[in-house]
Amino acid sequence: MAMSASEIERLIKASIPDAEVEIVDLAGDGDHYSAKVLSRTFIGLTRVQQHQRVYAALGGRMGGELHALQLQTAAPREMTSD
Amino acid sequence: MTDARERIDEIVRGNQVVLFMKGTELFPQCGFSSRAVAILEHLAVPFKTVDVLQDPDIRQGIKSYSDWPTIPQLYVNGEFVGGSDIMMEMFESGELKQLIGAAAE
Repeated sequence: MAMSASEIERLIKASIPDAEVEIVDLAGDGDHYSAKVLSRTFIGLTRVQQHQRVYAALGGRMGGELHALQLQTAAPREMTSD
Repeated sequence: MTDARERIDEIVRGNQVVLFMKGTELFPQCGFSSRAVAILEHLAVPFKTVDVLQDPDIRQGIKSYSDWPTIPQLYVNGEFVGGSDIMMEMFESGELKQLIGAAAE
């Protein structure tokens, strides 16, 4: 079962309100996405913890309904520093 | 489930570099697992793989073990490192080589 990009973005923002989210439908099939998520709430968290926050926002859909989501997360400063 | 957790714990603690994946090193069954194997091969370090498709208890158990919903999962020195996206980021920045290199010494 596929999810729409806007639904993924809505779920992430519902849980991480300040998030800047950029989603790309990689295969055009509504089932393989990449997402970049930028949030100040990620400051001080490890990458694993940042990804866990996003997975939590998706509420158990990851690995089930949503098979393929390449994820890149960062706090604002990290993302612009390189 | 507790039993699976103990088995996972044993594997994670008993191997310096271990990848839980779908399929085998030679025949990965998923693009993300394939990418994870390619990264480890590129680093030219010995690593163990566990094919979760062969064991439903481990396949489910590994997700709660590190509170991580997807496979592959990489563990180095008993610590959860991340999935294939984090592996790729750490590979590109050189952090993964450093981490695994330190583990191999």
